[in-house]
Amino acid sequence: MPGKTDKLIEQVEHSRVWRSIFRSGTGTSTLHRALAIQQNVFLHLFSNKVRKRMLSVSSTWYLGTLTFGTFLILIVTGVLLMLYYHPSVPQAYADMKDLQFVVSSGLFLRNLHRWSAQAMVFLVFAHMFKVFYRGAYRAPREFNWVIGVMLLLITLLLSYTGYLLPWDQLAYWAITVGSNISSAVPLVGSKIHFLLLGGNQVNANALLRFYVLHCVILPLTALLFVAVHFWRIRKDGGLYVQQSEPKKLAAPDDAVLAKEAK
Amino acid sequence: MSDPKEFVAGIESDQRRSPTRVVFVTRRTSAQVKATYEEQVQTYPEVLFRAVLAIELLAIALVVFSLLFNAPLEGIADPSHTPNPAKAPWYFLGLQELLHYFPPVVAGVLVPTLLIVSLVIIPYFNINIEADGLFLHHRRKRLQTFYLTAVGMLVFLVFFRVYVAVAPTLIVAIAMVIAANSSPDSPVTFRRYLVAKPLAWWVMTWFLFELIVLTAVGTFFRGPGWSWVLPWRS
Repeated sequence: MPGKTDKLIEQVEHSRVWRSIFRSGTGTSTLHRALAIQQNVFLHLFSNKVRKRMLSVSSTWYLGTLTFGTFLILIVTGVLLMLYYHPSVPQAYADMKDLQFVVSSGLFLRNLHRWSAQAMVFLVFAHMFKVFYRGAYRAPREFNWVIGVMLLLITLLLSYTGYLLPWDQLAYWAITVGSNISSAVPLVGSKIHFLLLGGNQVNANALLRFYVLHCVILPLTALLFVAVHFWRIRKDGGLYVQQSEPKKLAAPDDAVLAKEAK
Repeated sequence: MSDPKEFVAGIESDQRRSPTRVVFVTRRTSAQVKATYEEQVQTYPEVLFRAVLAIELLAIALVVFSLLFNAPLEGIADPSHTPNPAKAPWYFLGLQELLHYFPPVVAGVLVPTLLIVSLVIIPYFNINIEADGLFLHHRRKRLQTFYLTAVGMLVFLVFFRVYVAVAPTLIVAIAMVIAANSSPDSPVTFRRYLVAKPLAWWVMTWFLFELIVLTAVGTFFRGPGWSWVLPWRS
């Protein structure tokens, strides 16, 4: 009975409780739709309106959106994985085996987290090159580009710290190879190396540090930067449109023409 | 008769389209304001709907992929047994490939730092903002600089036996030679495309090529002792 359901939805949407949460109301007018963006703490990061040209797949390939999508998937799967994971040696590896053989859909959960992480690294790079080739880094968007570079680094660090957590041979030696590079920094190399690992080689301390970085510090930093990154798109004049002439100029409205004729 | 004004002012306003813009055009410039009528759509619901749809499609693809392919998991970490080769995650294999040729302080510290710094300064560099074809101005001087840089880079790479990085450098250099010898009115689309490219474009494209080639070589073509192997013959 669609009529009854519609009526129920309408009743809920007009109830005092609903209106206290979603203040904009539910109309379809331009104003209502603008308010739906402006009066939502998350959505107000975005602008009310977007140039229609920017909606085509070819203009952005939706790479920024997709990167954010992988980030969301990673948060959800990551939190679920945390329920089954102990950052200690050798329990961490045993938890991997449990995920594989004991936990329902545990293997799928880890697969999804792993492949989404790889996809995110790839998408971040792709997004950066696409933005560059579109020229979307130019003034006034310089600083948003810089924030983007920071987000690229955070993404790489997130992926790198996550790489150690399974505590298998692949993880252990990849991190050993990577962290040894930090020793090559002139003067303070060995200090950085020690600080990163909590010791002189990859051990239980390193695992705990990487776990804290991977699950708390880096995701929160990323979230903060992502918010600023989105917000600055709006502040810097919306999604960048190439300065070349649009393919088809829309004809001026009759009303405008009439006004000019007067 | 009074002197003509130094500028003309124009105003255009339409609530449904772009915000009001006031334009001052001084007499000696012939500025053209393009794209006055830029059609816009509302973020809610049109843009958000598309974004959610894109993310959902991606999620479906990743779920299917995760059902088909398992994430790698090797034996438990064993500090006494070093696998050969010990590889970093794939996105660092370009750097690890460089580590094969240069000391760690160069490949592991200097190169990444320079990369990050150059990425950060891209938008602040004037030459990128101009965005005009590299060889369209100061052609003679720029050609000289280009030839010196290209030959110097190739000699440097061959001297350190970084043959892997030679091919992308050569390809970009040849494309730049074509650009230098093309006119903006060339009948060939590809030449017109190249000739309009600014310096920043060339540098970034070279970086992109090197990134792809070095990462691919590090991932697929390196075996025990970082020796050259063919992935289809393992």
